[in-house]
Amino acid sequence: MSRPPARRARRRPVAALAPYLMVLPGWLWLAAFFVAPVLVMLSLSLQTGDFIDGFRQTFHVGTYGDALATYHTQLVRSLLYGGAATVCCLLIGYPVAYWIAFRAGRHKSVYLFLLLLPFFVSFVIRTQSWNVVLADNGVVLGPLKHLGLLPGDFHVLATPYAVIGGLAYNFLPFMVLPVYVALERVDPRLLEAAADLYAGRAATFGRVVLPLSLPGVFAGVLLTFVPASADYVNAAILGGPSTTMIGNIIQTEYFTNLDYPGAAALSFLLMGTLLIAVFLYARALGTEDVLEVAAR
Amino acid sequence: MAPDTLAAPPPAHDTATTPPGPAISLVDVVKDYGGDRKGAANGAAVRGVDLDIGEGEFFSLLGPSGCGKTTTLRMIAGFEEPTGGRILLHGRDMVGVPPDQRDVNLVFQSYALFPHLSVADNVAFGLRRHRVPKGEIHDRVDRMLHTVELADKADRRPRQLSGGQQQRVALARALVNRPRALLLDEPLGALDLKLRQSMQLELKRIQREVGITFVYVTHDQAEALTMSDRIAVMNGGLVEQVGPPREVYERPATAFVAGFIGTSNVLSGRLADSGTGSGAEAGARTGVLDLGDGQQVVLPLPEGAAAGSPVEVTVRPEKITLGAAPPTGRVSRIRGTVEEVVYLGTSSSYAVRTATGTELTVFQPNDGTAALTPGRGDTVWLTWATAHSYPLAPAPAPAPAPGPDAPAPR
Ligand SMILES: Nc1ncnc2c1ncn2[C@@H]1O[C@H](COP(=O)(O)OP(=O)(O)O)[C@@H](O)[C@H]1O
Ligand SMILES: [Mg+2]
Repeated sequence: MSRPPARRARRRPVAALAPYLMVLPGWLWLAAFFVAPVLVMLSLSLQTGDFIDGFRQTFHVGTYGDALATYHTQLVRSLLYGGAATVCCLLIGYPVAYWIAFRAGRHKSVYLFLLLLPFFVSFVIRTQSWNVVLADNGVVLGPLKHLGLLPGDFHVLATPYAVIGGLAYNFLPFMVLPVYVALERVDPRLLEAAADLYAGRAATFGRVVLPLSLPGVFAGVLLTFVPASADYVNAAILGGPSTTMIGNIIQTEYFTNLDYPGAAALSFLLMGTLLIAVFLYARALGTEDVLEVAAR
Repeated sequence: MAPDTLAAPPPAHDTATTPPGPAISLVDVVKDYGGDRKGAANGAAVRGVDLDIGEGEFFSLLGPSGCGKTTTLRMIAGFEEPTGGRILLHGRDMVGVPPDQRDVNLVFQSYALFPHLSVADNVAFGLRRHRVPKGEIHDRVDRMLHTVELADKADRRPRQLSGGQQQRVALARALVNRPRALLLDEPLGALDLKLRQSMQLELKRIQREVGITFVYVTHDQAEALTMSDRIAVMNGGLVEQVGPPREVYERPATAFVAGFIGTSNVLSGRLADSGTGSGAEAGARTGVLDLGDGQQVVLPLPEGAAAGSPVEVTVRPEKITLGAAPPTGRVSRIRGTVEEVVYLGTSSSYAVRTATGTELTVFQPNDGTAALTPGRGDTVWLTWATAHSYPLAPAPAPAPAPGPDAPAPR
């Protein structure tokens, strides 16, 4: 009878380690594809030198201050454009998600597929096609100008509207899908219960449907705002000199100016700014309630 | 808790004076979900139901799954429009009136509590929609939570409550509005047996306290029998019998009712003679089913029955007594062999196979009053008083007839 305890004792360390072993692949993945690149970038941002003579690690923190001083306009603009695009996505995406969830009946999956259909075309090509559509004398503006309905120098491209519109167009599905999932999960019996308790359509939406969909809105805003703020394709293709976003600056620093430390420092500045924005947003809206309902 | 305030008449958003007549009337109500799928023409969910439910009554709709109970209830609540017939709530025709404008509340089988609201906010939901003043909402919610014994759980979320507690929140959420009638769709269906039994008593107590009409849907005959003032037994979209529990149990009108409620014995044969009941049951006309070999069933004569017409008779197991020798006189007597004896504590159940092959169930109390306590294989004589033989009405057409104005199915 003394054997089983001994055996158990031998087995215990393995059993205790098992959970860690199981998440090990995840940690390895993170280490290889997130932690290591971040460390490399961090080290790069603290180097000095130039492309011809090479860069040397000097722990020069001043690059951050210089980058911020030079490009804070573009950084703020990126957050504004990203925020504006997110608001557009929410205003358009929520009704779309609502309609698919409650009104599309048997054809839900068809509409969801249509929503995702543009993803089968490259991001750049989709954006480039807007460039063609909105061109100063293109298919839309050309005829209108020809008919004298618009002044000859009217343009959409190179304005903030074009960039924000492009961002909203490209990231709309990131808003619609999480909102749709949240709405889809609302038990239809709850709508009947609300009606039974004297709630009309507006009250049923405001008191039951909307609160229950907030976790989806919360996720959708994050999924839209973060990539939209960091985007550079839309500003590059649809924008002009006055609509440059921080992503474009980073790209130029890297590939045109070959200023690796400056580009790396800007990347960290962008990452830090977004983390702070997301943190403030989560503090303000991601209350326990929202997450509690989400976890249901 | 203050029952008198709970029992206060509903606020005057409906007719101020209670009109005479039933609280809820269903007149030839039909619901056909329609042939949106081909082949769905096998009849309507509800095929012509007439009901009058009285003010303050505890009224049950009892029947097997799929017989149309939920459909009937949802039509009263306003979630389904009847295809035919009329529904009157306190004399007002309800056709086309949406659920949020009907003075009834529904307790859903799944409770359908709002997961994002606290217990108190769930209960206050209906009052807020009616723009009841804040202070009054607070008082009424508080009092209602006391009534259902959940005052200490007011700030919890539904998810943090047990099934029985959620059930009581659902009840409170409906009752706090003081509806003219409360509709309950198998409200105890999701609870385990023990909790269900205590909730049955609880529901009955609350109903007595608030004094409003309860329409209670269940497929559990014991539940219906213990709680109801009256029961409507439904089958295949039709009401087969309406009556108080004792009547439905002891005098089932149809073979279906007899079989669905309790254990019942059904004997069939042809009426031998329609002689006058000069025997024990003086005054009542009785008939005899001759089963041959000295066996017979004596029954109160059904109206318009002539000699030779086929009849079905039911008798409840606890009305039958067992004896070793055939009783004499004009009483029912059948010979059989005991096939099974089951000891049930206060009583024993005997399965007896008759000479004609029918299996009959007999309950005898174990209190020492039984004349005979046979064992398996024994031959016994079964007898019962004529008053306990109930002739059954012929079953209503089981084949769903298409409505008069419905197009004939191809
Ligand atoms: N929404 C619906 N659409 C089509 N058929 C339905 C619908 N609801 C119920 N039915 C059918 O109507 C019949 C009665 O259903 P129901 O009223 O739910 O019965 P019960 O509540 O007595 O179990 C069933 O045959 C069911 O399949
Ligand atoms: Mg049902």
